[in-house]
Amino acid sequence: MQRIVGAIVPLLAAVAAFFCAAIILLFLGASPWEGFTSLVDGAFGDVNSLSQTAVRATPLLLVGAGISISFRASVINIGGEGQIVAGALLSTIVALNLPDVPRPLLIPLVMLAGIVGGGFWGAIPGVLKAYASVNEILSTIMLNIVAVQFLNFMLRSPLIDPKEVEAGTRIPQTERLSDNAALPTLIDGTRLHLGVPIAIAAAIVAYVILWRTPLGFRLRAVGHSPDAAKAAGIPVKRSIVAALAMSGAMCGLAGAILVFGSEGQRLITDGTSAGFTGSAGFNGIVAALFGGLHPLWTIPSSFLFGGLLTGATELQRSLQVPAAMAVALNGIVVIFVVSSARVRERLNDGLAARKEFDGTTGPDTPPSATPPPTTPPVDGGPEGATT
Amino acid sequence: MSDFFTVSVIVATIASGIRLATPYLFAALGETVGQRSGVLNLGVDGVMLLGAFFAHWTALETGNLWLAVLAGMFTGLVMGVIYAVITLYFKAQQGISGIGIFLFGLGFSDLMFEVKIGSPKFTKQLPDIEIPLLVDLPKVGELFSQSLLTWGAFAMVPTIAILLRRTTFGMNVRAVGENPQAADSLGVSVNRVRIKTILIGNTMAGIAGAALVLEAKVFQPNLTQGLGFIAVALVYFGAWRPLYVMAGALLYGLVQATVIRWKVLQIIDRDLSDIAAMAPAVLTVVALIVLAGRIQAPSALTKPFERH
Repeated sequence: MQRIVGAIVPLLAAVAAFFCAAIILLFLGASPWEGFTSLVDGAFGDVNSLSQTAVRATPLLLVGAGISISFRASVINIGGEGQIVAGALLSTIVALNLPDVPRPLLIPLVMLAGIVGGGFWGAIPGVLKAYASVNEILSTIMLNIVAVQFLNFMLRSPLIDPKEVEAGTRIPQTERLSDNAALPTLIDGTRLHLGVPIAIAAAIVAYVILWRTPLGFRLRAVGHSPDAAKAAGIPVKRSIVAALAMSGAMCGLAGAILVFGSEGQRLITDGTSAGFTGSAGFNGIVAALFGGLHPLWTIPSSFLFGGLLTGATELQRSLQVPAAMAVALNGIVVIFVVSSARVRERLNDGLAARKEFDGTTGPDTPPSATPPPTTPPVDGGPEGATT
Repeated sequence: MSDFFTVSVIVATIASGIRLATPYLFAALGETVGQRSGVLNLGVDGVMLLGAFFAHWTALETGNLWLAVLAGMFTGLVMGVIYAVITLYFKAQQGISGIGIFLFGLGFSDLMFEVKIGSPKFTKQLPDIEIPLLVDLPKVGELFSQSLLTWGAFAMVPTIAILLRRTTFGMNVRAVGENPQAADSLGVSVNRVRIKTILIGNTMAGIAGAALVLEAKVFQPNLTQGLGFIAVALVYFGAWRPLYVMAGALLYGLVQATVIRWKVLQIIDRDLSDIAAMAPAVLTVVALIVLAGRIQAPSALTKPFERH
C-alpha cells in the first residue's frame, strides 16, 4: 500500500509538470504534441540519443544518490555544485601530475581523487553543523561560491594550459589531460562511457550503505530522531559529518566523471559553476526527490531527467523552443513533489497508525523499493527534528 | 597600491559599493521580514531573475524605467502568491520548495529572454538623485548622488526595523515566528500574518531584480549569479536585524566594488581577483560560525503551523 502511495505522488507531479509544459509550449506558439514527441524522440529515440541521455543522467544520479544519503540523516545538502567542482579539481590535479600511470590504475585513481575532493568539501559543512551548529543550507551555499571562485583562480593561473599562455588567449582551461585517465567509450560511435555504470554502481553502494550497514542504520536513526539516537548511544555529531561527507563524495565522483568523460578531456570554466556542472548540483535534487530520496529509485528518475535535458536540446533544434525550458520544468517538478509530499505524509500516517510501528526504525524497515513515507524536516539536526 | 589610496578613488569605490549593495539590501530585507515570521524563502534568486527579466523587458518595450520597476515588483508579488500557496496551504518543505522556485525562475527567465529578446539589448539607466547640500560637500559629495532605488533600499532599513519593532503587525510577525501556537491562541491568524510577510519578501526580491538589471542595463541568463542566495545568508549574517543586514549588504557591495576597482587600476591581476571574490563568502561562513552559538534564529523558522 505504501508502495503504491509512494509511486502515485511523483506520477501526479509529473503529470502536473507536463501540463505546465504544454501551457508553456502553447504560449510559445508550438504544438504541445509535436513538442512532446520531439522531446521523447530526442531523449530516447535511438542509440545515440539514449547514450546521450545516460551521460546527462550520470551527474544527476550521483548527486541524487548523495542527497538521498544526507536527507536520510536529516541533513540538507545544497552544496552539490561546489562538491562537484572540488572533486573535478582534485581529480584534474592528480591526472596532471601522474599522466603516465597506466590506464587501469589511473582511472580508479582519478575517480578516487574526485571522491576525496568532494567528500572533503562536503565534510566541511558537516563539521560546521555538528560542532558549531551552523545551518548547513547556508554553509553549503557559501561553499558553492567559494569553490567556483577557487576553480576560476586555479584555471586562470596555476593550472592553465601553457599553450593558452603562449598564445596569449588565456582561456581558463587546463591542457588536454592524459588519455590514460579518459573514461573508455562503451559503444563505439556514441558518447556512452564508463562513467555511466560507475554511477549506477555508486547508487547501489549508497543503497547498501544506508540499509545494510551499521553506519547506514545510525544515519537513519539520527535522521529519524536525533534525541532518540543520542539516547541509544549513537554518535550523532559524527553521523552528521559522515552523512555530508558521503553526500559530497558522491558529488565529487560526479565531478571527476564530468571531466574524464568529457569530449574535451579537460577542465574548463566560464566563470560560473553552471558552466561546468550544468547545474547538476541542483538538478540532482530534483532527481532525488522524484525518486523518493531512495538511491535505487533515483536511478530511473535521473534517467528521466537526463532525458528531459537531452530532449530539450532536440526541442530547441526542431521547434526553436529554448532548452532552458528543461530547467523551468525541473523547478515545477520540485514544487509539485514537495507540495504533494504533504499528501503522501497524510496517507502514510494513516497506514502507519494502523500498523503501530515502534519509534526509531519505523516505516523504513521494509528495506527494498519503498520510497520514504516522509521527507525529513528541513532544518534537521539535533535541535530541528523534535516534533 | 598607492593609486588606490587617494581620497577620490576611495570615495568613488565606496559610492559604487553603495550602489552594488542595493539589490542585496532589497532582497535581504524582504527575506528578513519573511524569516521573522518563520518562513524561509530560498527561492529569492529565482524571484530576482524573474523580476529582473520582466523589468528589463518592460523597459525595452515602453522605455519607461519606472514602469520597469513596477513590473519587477509585480512579478515578485505574483511569485509571492505562488510561494504562499506552496508554503502555507501545501506546507511544503521550505528548504526544497525554494530550490524549486529558484530553478523555475532560472529556467523561465532564460526561456523568456531567448524567445522575447534574444540578444543583449541595452536600456537607459535610472537617473541619479542628488541630496541637496550634501552633494556639494568637498571630496565626499559623490556619495550622495545615487539612484532612487538605492535611496529607497536604504530607506527600507529603518522602515522595516520600525515595522517589526513598533507596529502591531510587526509584533504579530515576531510572535508568529517565535511561538505560533501562543500567537494563535491569542487570536492572531498565523497564516494570515505569514501571507503578508511572504508577499512583502517576494515583492522586495522582485524590486531587487529590477534594481540589478536597471543598474546593469542589460539582461542575461542567470544574471544574478547566486546573488539571491547570498541575500538569504545575509539575513543570518545580520542576525535577523535590519541594521546588521544592511551592514552585511554594504560589506558585500564594498568588497565587490573594491575588487573591480583594483582590477581596473591593475593593482591585482585577474587571478588574484578570483581569490578576493571568495572573501565575502568565506567571511559569511566565519560570521555564521561566530554567531551560531550566540544568536537564536526565530524558533518557528521553516516549521509549518499546525493547530494542536
